[in-house]
Amino acid sequence: MTVEPAEKLLAPVLSAFWDDPRSWTLETYRRHDGYQALSKAFAMAPDDVIAYVKDSGLRGRGGAGFPTGMKWQFIPQGDGKPHYLVVNADESEPGTCKDIPLLFANPHSLIEGMIIACYAIRSHHAFIYLRGETVPVLRRLHEAVREAYAAGYLGTNIQGSGFDLELTVHAGAGAYICGEETALLDSLEGRRGQPRLRPPFPAVEGLYACPTVVNNVESIASVPAILQRGKDWFKSMGSEKSPGFTLYSLSGHVARPGQYEGPLGITLRQLLDMGGGMRPGHRLKFWTPGGSSTPMFTDEHLDVPLDYEGVGAAGSMLGTKALQCFDETTCVVRAVTRWTEFYAHESCGKCTPCREGTYWLVQLLRDIEAGKGHISDLDKLNDIADNINGKSFCALGDGAAAPIFSSLKYFREEYEEHIERKGCPFDPARSTAWADKYRTEAHA
Amino acid sequence: MTDVSLGIPQMPAPDYPADVRARLESDAREVIARYPGSRSALLPLLHLVQSEDGHVTRTGIRFCAEMLGLTTAEVTAVSTFYTMYRRKPSGDYQVGVCTNTLCAVMGGDAIFDELKQHLGVGNDETTEDGKVTLEHIECNAACDFAPVVMVNWEFFDNQTPESARQLVDDLIAGREVRPTRGAPLCTYKETARILAGFPDTREGAVEASGGAGPASLAGLRLHRGEAPARVVGQRAESPTDTGDASVEDGE
Repeated sequence: MTVEPAEKLLAPVLSAFWDDPRSWTLETYRRHDGYQALSKAFAMAPDDVIAYVKDSGLRGRGGAGFPTGMKWQFIPQGDGKPHYLVVNADESEPGTCKDIPLLFANPHSLIEGMIIACYAIRSHHAFIYLRGETVPVLRRLHEAVREAYAAGYLGTNIQGSGFDLELTVHAGAGAYICGEETALLDSLEGRRGQPRLRPPFPAVEGLYACPTVVNNVESIASVPAILQRGKDWFKSMGSEKSPGFTLYSLSGHVARPGQYEGPLGITLRQLLDMGGGMRPGHRLKFWTPGGSSTPMFTDEHLDVPLDYEGVGAAGSMLGTKALQCFDETTCVVRAVTRWTEFYAHESCGKCTPCREGTYWLVQLLRDIEAGKGHISDLDKLNDIADNINGKSFCALGDGAAAPIFSSLKYFREEYEEHIERKGCPFDPARSTAWADKYRTEAHA
Repeated sequence: MTDVSLGIPQMPAPDYPADVRARLESDAREVIARYPGSRSALLPLLHLVQSEDGHVTRTGIRFCAEMLGLTTAEVTAVSTFYTMYRRKPSGDYQVGVCTNTLCAVMGGDAIFDELKQHLGVGNDETTEDGKVTLEHIECNAACDFAPVVMVNWEFFDNQTPESARQLVDDLIAGREVRPTRGAPLCTYKETARILAGFPDTREGAVEASGGAGPASLAGLRLHRGEAPARVVGQRAESPTDTGDASVEDGE
């Protein structure tokens, strides 16, 4: 057992200079070795860059954990078609809040990663699909791209390499489903964001039916550090199957919510130790390891290693490492009802199980929360969730089913209590961020 | 909106006045040129017509259709899919309270109730003076700053019912309002133009509110052995504390 304080586990890489007063500028990025990995990449053959990233073991940070280098390798070469890189910056999964602060504070790490990725997959036009509801980030991306063009990192014959790249920043318009990669591509083509049937996969027929890589912001932004410091350095962190560093986002009833960057495999107990624990006088009740679409955990799971295998073995998914922590004041029925309302609102309507199923889940949950439910509704919830899960084109429906299954597994008595007492036993005022402040004042 | 639908197809929408049309066409051509396929410009063009009209009008839909060689039905189908395209006239300031689970539990529901009562409007309704449109929004990727309120898609972090009430009072009174993360507020129409892909040209807009927000730095500060950051910053504190962050650059 280590006796070192938990914060020694942290390893800021992407966040290493976010406290610089002008962290988002090209000047600051260069001062921290920015754009040096690009020169290394240009000195390599494109296929070698792909192999290097594949060897590093970098896995997608958007939720699914697919090996990034393998995605690049799937792009057919010498096919005579244009290739595209599309960065998924549509971060909208409830609880997920890593890419937006990353892009706000350090947009050039993404741009450098994109140039390297495009060189590797032989793409000459790349896109950043940013969710539209984050204008401060859009502003800094516009500025970072302008700076990168002015400095010769984008455009024609980049840094004398002979490689050309155009980069377009594209703002979405409010639709969670566009974080799903094929819906994102339809949206980027100017259509309603609805998922496509696969195959063909985007690597074969993606944007404009051409070979396309869709990667998450954090995945691509991690590439320059891997090239700059080496794959062995990267693999020295995390585990064999889940190597490297990542951003953990701690939120909810914790003493110090925020971004904690460290090696994969940290546990929530360690993160809470360094984050000052739960808010004073309260205990952890339930939490999500990677956003609302990942089955919830309880205080039994504090020592689960937060990597792809560890979380999977414990019955959930690492997802986006969005650790939403709720304390004992929180009504789990209320939390799940609200998430389910979200999925019903965001279901694109293409597949019947998801469109109709999420609607009926909401009706049942609202009744239960309001004390108008029946005990038989609990099996019905499970049954409907089962009829959504795995039965639609994309994972939105699976995500909607996850909070239902997992909350019924761990908190079935709480649902029953709502039904038996004909109402919610919780006071929402006690869950608010200011609840204890007022209580203390009132008692003073 | 008091239109009575009699089931009779509407006449084609009127076009923009010639000078407006010429200006928008020039902008639209610039947007279209960014994409290998012209239809990809549709989402930005819908933002562009919102920057002209404040919402997506039938005239705006006709304009997008004509610029891209689509039917108005095709454009309407897209514009109604996305929540950021408004379908009716709305206020200069869109105040969105996050009521997804985490923010709701942390106080977003209480803030939303407070604002509904204080402003006397419901969800997606506008105050009589046309200043503020209130709505509840979904998770906006700022959970470590919960509860979050967005005004014209700038971040107002760590809100309370009191701070949110002060915020809308300031907006209605025309006082300058600065977000915790983002630039001094511009109007909804001006925001829509940035979303269409035209950079914010206001002096200091990009650097306003400094580098990362306090919660974003929680792990970094611990790693450095520094004291944890003060958690709550409900608004940028004064007009002089943002935009000049460069003078503190000591390293």
